[in-house]
Amino acid sequence: MKGRFLQTPEAVAGTAILVLLAIMALAAPLLFPGDPLRIAGPALTPPFQDWTLPLGTDRLGRDVLAELFHGARTSLVVGLAAAAASLAVGAVIGTLAGFAGGLADEALMRLTDAFQTVPSFLLALAFVSIVGPSLGVVVMAIALSAWTGPARIARAEVLSIRERDFVAGARVVGMHPLEIAFREVLPNALPPVLALSSIIVAQAILIEAALSFLGLGDPNRVTWGGMVAEGRTVLRTAPFLSIVPGIALVVTVLGVYLAGEGAVESAAVRKGLS
Amino acid sequence: MSKRLLTVAGLSKRFRRGDKPVAAVDAVSFHIDAAETLALAGPSGSGKSTVARLLLRLIEPDAGSIAFEGDDWLALQGGALRARRAKMQMVFQDPLAAFNPRATVARVLDDPLRIHRIAPRAERPCRIADLLERVGLSPELAGRAVHEVSGGQRQRVAIARAIATKPSLIVLDEAVSALDVSMRGKILELLADLQRTDRIAYLFISHDLGLVRAFAHRVAILDGGRLAEEGDARAVIDAPQSAVGKALVAATPKLHGSKQDAS
Amino acid sequence: MSAAPQAPLVALRGLTVAYGGDAPALNAIDLDIRAGERLALIGESGSGKSTLALAVAGLLPASAKTAGTIEWEGTPPQGGRDIGFVFQNPAGSLDPVMAVGRQVAEVACTHLGLSWSDALARARDLFGRVGLPDPDTLVHAFPHQLSGGQKQRVALAAAIAARPKLLIADEATSALDTIVQAEIVALIRRLVAEDGMTLLFVSHDIALAAELADRIAVLRGGRLMECGPARQVIDRPQAPYTQSLIAAHIGLDSAPLFASADAGAPANE
Repeated sequence: MKGRFLQTPEAVAGTAILVLLAIMALAAPLLFPGDPLRIAGPALTPPFQDWTLPLGTDRLGRDVLAELFHGARTSLVVGLAAAAASLAVGAVIGTLAGFAGGLADEALMRLTDAFQTVPSFLLALAFVSIVGPSLGVVVMAIALSAWTGPARIARAEVLSIRERDFVAGARVVGMHPLEIAFREVLPNALPPVLALSSIIVAQAILIEAALSFLGLGDPNRVTWGGMVAEGRTVLRTAPFLSIVPGIALVVTVLGVYLAGEGAVESAAVRKGLS
Repeated sequence: MSKRLLTVAGLSKRFRRGDKPVAAVDAVSFHIDAAETLALAGPSGSGKSTVARLLLRLIEPDAGSIAFEGDDWLALQGGALRARRAKMQMVFQDPLAAFNPRATVARVLDDPLRIHRIAPRAERPCRIADLLERVGLSPELAGRAVHEVSGGQRQRVAIARAIATKPSLIVLDEAVSALDVSMRGKILELLADLQRTDRIAYLFISHDLGLVRAFAHRVAILDGGRLAEEGDARAVIDAPQSAVGKALVAATPKLHGSKQDAS
Repeated sequence: MSAAPQAPLVALRGLTVAYGGDAPALNAIDLDIRAGERLALIGESGSGKSTLALAVAGLLPASAKTAGTIEWEGTPPQGGRDIGFVFQNPAGSLDPVMAVGRQVAEVACTHLGLSWSDALARARDLFGRVGLPDPDTLVHAFPHQLSGGQKQRVALAAAIAARPKLLIADEATSALDTIVQAEIVALIRRLVAEDGMTLLFVSHDIALAAELADRIAVLRGGRLMECGPARQVIDRPQAPYTQSLIAAHIGLDSAPLFASADAGAPANE
């Protein structure tokens, strides 16, 4: 399966980028030990001048490359955590709605509608403003709107799987409805839900960056959004301070999308062959 | 005096097709005694599958009563119903669709043993091996994924699952129709053996009158949701009285009869 | 051994078909299809009977590797015109988003060069011939509005619309219930006789073959086990496999499976 996955150029490029990102995140404390927010050198050093500060320093003299690597950790953690949370919550709610039917289904779907109509960024903004900025809160804020997509897809899958013989067979054997829903139906409903994961990861990374840009991210962590915000005031004299993290964001989101496309392609190919 | 295992009286179910209500099952009554095979035959759309689903409580009837092992079967709900389901099991037509695509043979057989607390966890692998042997399969099959075994083997696994809870009645819904001809006889023989040794009754749903005549004790022929004819299987099929019975017998291809050109 | 005086309509010599790298689905088949006969291909799953039908019809997928020859008497056949094909599942023949009358008319239009109105008129006639009620209304119906038996009648109409020499029915009645199956079989028999077509039909049901076919060919694992007049194959089968197939058949005259009188016979009431 891996072999086939790496056959499309999109998958290869996407995976390469994600691997690079993972390496950056994992290597950050090794390559740049200590607090990345400490003063490392003279302020506003341009990039490629001092080899101990390859990407220069920001307004306060912090090492941009160190911030970039540590920022990768934040983005990765937020992206994956938010995706996992929203997929889990969405899958559970979608399965319950699809399986229970009737009033429970109606109620849960109206709830989904309510959350889906609010623009996700505004919802996250409101949530973080009220509860306070920290990494966990940011993850929750993103998941608060991202769960609706997986919920709808899970429900649609469950509605069709529910009619299959093996579900009737499970009922005849005497299985409890909750066990049928989560042990028999949900695992078979997951594949299309998981196809959403790359989109959610990309969206989460961008929302986190936007929140940090507005100053609502976790103040104790380095984030690429925060770096962009920091560079705003000196945009004319030191544009690299905003451009570098901006490029990192673009490349990361691109990588996630490409890898997701590659996964969808390889899954489709496998289905075609079977 | 024979103890009636199952008594169905006045069973009815209506579906809405478009805006017209259609009587899928209309006041159907029949009974099955212990260790007896009653066949349910009839053209497609006659209500056979609906009767099976009503009996198994997969759908609820609009009217009628079902007495199973002396209990009011329709009155059971929730946990009480699930517990009693051990005594009434089912084998489906399509052995591939009947199982979770991700399941292994062991898990499929483990489920009923676990749910009905028939054996503690430590003992279950042994019970599973026993069940596999009883249906003529090697215990080595337990580790395989369900879709990896052949159609005939899968149907044997389905039978093993059905007998795991020691039921008194098994609904066989076209259980051999999807199998190769050479496999059908063997599966039916297995079922006949199990009936003898375990005193299991069968509701045998089939459109194939040849199978019905060879396998069932009695047959009930449905037509348009109603009971058209009922009686001893061989008697009814050798000399059908109802129009649909005659049509079914006439339409059944015969290996040795010469039935040329009757368009 | 009856000698056919003229060349067969289709002669298969050493026909071998393989999909991918697996074992061949058909292995060195030598078979004649005689003009005007009703030939049944009998076999269990994996016997290659459907592959043989597809090969004769020229409908094998491009990835299939073939060896051997399929020789037609006279002019080589034009797919869709000289060969009519009916599948087991009408969804294989019928387009779900096109009215059924149009689908049949398209065949007539394409292969007979009729004008559209003539083609539609022919479709209406064919609907009548295949026993569909109220053809004028039904030509506008969509496949999902028809029953299984009606869909197969439409599929038959489309298959014979271009007046083919050979009609191939691949398990065409296997998905239908007994009564509808008998009606469709009778219909096929009538159409084949009226139009002078040759019939090749594939089935797993040996009793059906016994009733409909002039000759029966038995396949197993891609090989031809036996081929001969229907009555001879049924009453005096030569190959052990054919004998076991016939022995395994459970029909209206088979002995009961459960043993006589013992446990299981209910008390009379």
